[in-house]
Amino acid sequence: MSASIQGGAAAATEGVDVAAARRPGSIRHVALREPTAIAGLAIITFFVLVAILSPILVTGDPKEKVGPIFGPPSASYPLGLDGGGANMVELLIAGTRVSLLVGFCAALVSAFIGGTVGVLAGFYGGKTDVVLMRTTDYFLVIPDIPLMIVAAALFGRSLTNIIIIIGVIYWTTTARLIRAQVLSVRERVYVKRARALGAGNGRLIFKHILPQVAPLLVANTVLLVAYAIFAETFISFLGLGDPSVISWGRLIENAFNDDAILNNAWWAIIPPGLCVTLVVLGATLFGQSLEDALNPRLRVGHLSVRRFKVRPLRGKLDSE
Amino acid sequence: MSTNGSKPLLEVEDLVASYPVGRGLVGAAKREPKLEVHAVDGVSFALNRGEMLALVGESGCGKTSTAQSVLRLIETSGGSIRFDGQEITGLSSKDLRPLRRRIQIVYQDPYESLDPRFRVGATIEEPLQVHRIGSKEERREEVKRALEVAGLTPPELYIDRYPHELSGGQRQRVAIAASLVLHPELLVADEPVSMLDVSVRAGILSILDELRDNGLAVLMITHDLSTAAHYADRIAVMYLGRIVEEGPTREVIENPQHPYTRALLSVVPKRDPRDRGTPQILRGETPNSIHIPAGCRFNPRCPMAIAECKTVDPELRRPAASRDPEHLAACIRV
Amino acid sequence: MTTPLLALEDLNVWFELPGGGELHAVRGVSFELEAGERFGLVGESGCGKTTAMLSIMGLLPPNATIAGEVRLDGENILARGEETVSPHRWNDIAMVFQGAMNAFNPVQTVGSQIEEPMHLHDVAEGKLARRQAEELLERVGIPKDRANRFPHEFSGGMRQRAAIAMALACEPKILLADEPTTALDVMVQAQILELLVSLAADFNLALILVTHDLPVVAQVCDRAAVMYAGEVAESASIDALFHRPKHPYTRLLFAATPDLRAGGERVASIPGAPPRLDKPIVGCPFQPRCDSAFAPCATETPLLKKVGEQHVAACHLNDHVREPATA
Repeated sequence: MSASIQGGAAAATEGVDVAAARRPGSIRHVALREPTAIAGLAIITFFVLVAILSPILVTGDPKEKVGPIFGPPSASYPLGLDGGGANMVELLIAGTRVSLLVGFCAALVSAFIGGTVGVLAGFYGGKTDVVLMRTTDYFLVIPDIPLMIVAAALFGRSLTNIIIIIGVIYWTTTARLIRAQVLSVRERVYVKRARALGAGNGRLIFKHILPQVAPLLVANTVLLVAYAIFAETFISFLGLGDPSVISWGRLIENAFNDDAILNNAWWAIIPPGLCVTLVVLGATLFGQSLEDALNPRLRVGHLSVRRFKVRPLRGKLDSE
Repeated sequence: MSTNGSKPLLEVEDLVASYPVGRGLVGAAKREPKLEVHAVDGVSFALNRGEMLALVGESGCGKTSTAQSVLRLIETSGGSIRFDGQEITGLSSKDLRPLRRRIQIVYQDPYESLDPRFRVGATIEEPLQVHRIGSKEERREEVKRALEVAGLTPPELYIDRYPHELSGGQRQRVAIAASLVLHPELLVADEPVSMLDVSVRAGILSILDELRDNGLAVLMITHDLSTAAHYADRIAVMYLGRIVEEGPTREVIENPQHPYTRALLSVVPKRDPRDRGTPQILRGETPNSIHIPAGCRFNPRCPMAIAECKTVDPELRRPAASRDPEHLAACIRV
Repeated sequence: MTTPLLALEDLNVWFELPGGGELHAVRGVSFELEAGERFGLVGESGCGKTTAMLSIMGLLPPNATIAGEVRLDGENILARGEETVSPHRWNDIAMVFQGAMNAFNPVQTVGSQIEEPMHLHDVAEGKLARRQAEELLERVGIPKDRANRFPHEFSGGMRQRAAIAMALACEPKILLADEPTTALDVMVQAQILELLVSLAADFNLALILVTHDLPVVAQVCDRAAVMYAGEVAESASIDALFHRPKHPYTRLLFAATPDLRAGGERVASIPGAPPRLDKPIVGCPFQPRCDSAFAPCATETPLLKKVGEQHVAACHLNDHVREPATA
């Protein structure tokens, strides 16, 4: 019941010490340190910039025919032409916007639903928890692709619908994750103390629990972006996407429909797939390192046998 | 050590609180009996303003559960709790709210009892915000005053700090300041210094000491008999959910009557190596509170037990050898 | 003079900090231990006692650097780091950790976990190991039929006893115990301490008890060293430490410890906090908090000086004492 073991490096620092004030586990701390996080963030940033700048980078209609069908890569068209003779590079840039937009929005929808369900289930417990978790389980069990097909068939193929569908399918893991976190935060002494002095549920949730849970939610949302972009890609690939917009998935679909493989037009299929892969990779790298850093599992100090260094003894009273 | 001559601030009578123990699916299928942890099994005591009562005992004795019951943080299944004459056991959360201003609690773990995202000032101001007291300026003044009482001066140096920038002792002072800002009448201190270094403890406890001198009633929960002996006006020793001995501190420490108290006091290590005495080490460990022994709950381990102890559950009464009318012990042999 | 069983000489430990810089956690610690002796290493959190103890067993992380000697029967076991210290681990020096109660593998029976070091260090095998493990369990007060149970079936006190049995598996000469009773109730604590004392006597085991709890050391140990800011402030027989302290920190630490017997005596706290160990310390590390500091304290580091029979202290108040003739 006394002070716990202090790791060697953490021992004996004075009380008020502003210099050592960086809180371990804050997002900034991780993002600026871990190489995987930096790599992931760099990739995402690159594509986001492309998406933002796409109106500048692509003038005119990217679908415009500028050469022969499946024209091979050349100096003026580095990634060749697609099945309609349009410039692949411009198509890709245009597609970045849609794919990322759908990805981010769907991820936000998922995060919002999942976060809310998780917080309510974790905080209130009891019947609320049971009902919400059963609902979550049902959603988990529903096969996503058939659901998307049915929904697309019923509600029409528009961007908004796609965002909603993806959002509604992927919130379940978030809900579970957040619920677990809320359950542990709810038991923390400072939450009990706030409750003991009469704080209402609203205050407890918004001021004490949510701030603790938010970083994990953010990390999870980044991962959701990866899922969502991938989901959008295969929805479009299946022909269920919005016919009026260009997205990477759409490009791959078009390429298949136009028999790109028979024409050996690898440049029509691989680049969009590669873009999807890279963005998903970037989001996963970034999201995973965030989640690893923020996960409340305690870092266990290992007393395992290691190689410490031995220094020859210098003079006895060296002030080190 | 001032005691108010009038009615006690807190009166607890025959308090009972228990927790169900899960049987699991298999247990339920086998129709095993539903078991309960009898955390508080008939506890009675009174606390006056300006008095510090220490509830002492080993883990599982029910001291923390008793304190939590008094604060209505856990549900009780029997007995009464009267605060300032008002019965509080049946009150709804809404009716309890005004009481939450008058009874406050300080927790054991200074590293966990402050929200790491709240600055010190915000933590101390929160109780005022919850109860909608004062304007922003008035609240700020109260926060500063509370910091000063807690010994964190000058307050400006601490108001904008985060908990991780403070030492354990400083954090505990913040927790105390946060509990004082509503000017409570009763403070429950649950192991307030057990996680702090020895050289820092006296500083924290002296704050509670002074507050007690100024009229605050303090209910201190602790396993450390030496600390209780130094600061409390009265001590109540608990075992398996009951108070087995209580009375003025000096009397209980110097003239313990209940065999459990005697054994406990004999094994508490003393500072002076020449004072090794003859510790009376009881065998085995405290049984869990699910199956409380019949008769006197201490009888299986009691060095003085006789046949009658297995059937008679003793009441708290004044022992023959006590030197103070308020010294009570629950043992048929004293 | 016979060689002491264990001698630490000028032990220094540095930790590399993640942001660069070094934490000098142990700053020249020396003491000796004889066979069968019960020695206390006392100090508050951050004083370096646990690090010093881990150094004796060479259980330090890769960012640690050690200087100085740890001599077991005259041989410096830290001479070449891991290579020279590992043969002695558990065979000669064993440890009971803080929170040892929770250091058991939950899916292995307690008996097998006590046998494990016997196998690892080639002390015993198979049936012999089983029998020895059961004997150890009995010796520490656990009925031997519990050897086949799992850790979660034991109470906290019983697990601590099992941890002690595990430490004794290879019949070491020295037992290091880091806060062995801190999380235990006072009655269980008394049982465990009684056990440690009787084991020390029966097996001629030397015991180093590392703790912040002065009264525990007062009751159990013969001698003790009080550590502050990585250094030994004072080291003496436990009687001398309480009745004739020669370092203000020792005196103040005792004064800050409430005692059942002390009656109305004031319990004092020591203002301030220990110094940072990642910066050089000028003068006496305790000086900012000391109630007896005078001229040399802020600038000159006090040396550990002999102030009596088997009694050393690092304080300028003893500067006038000339080294007494060695016995």
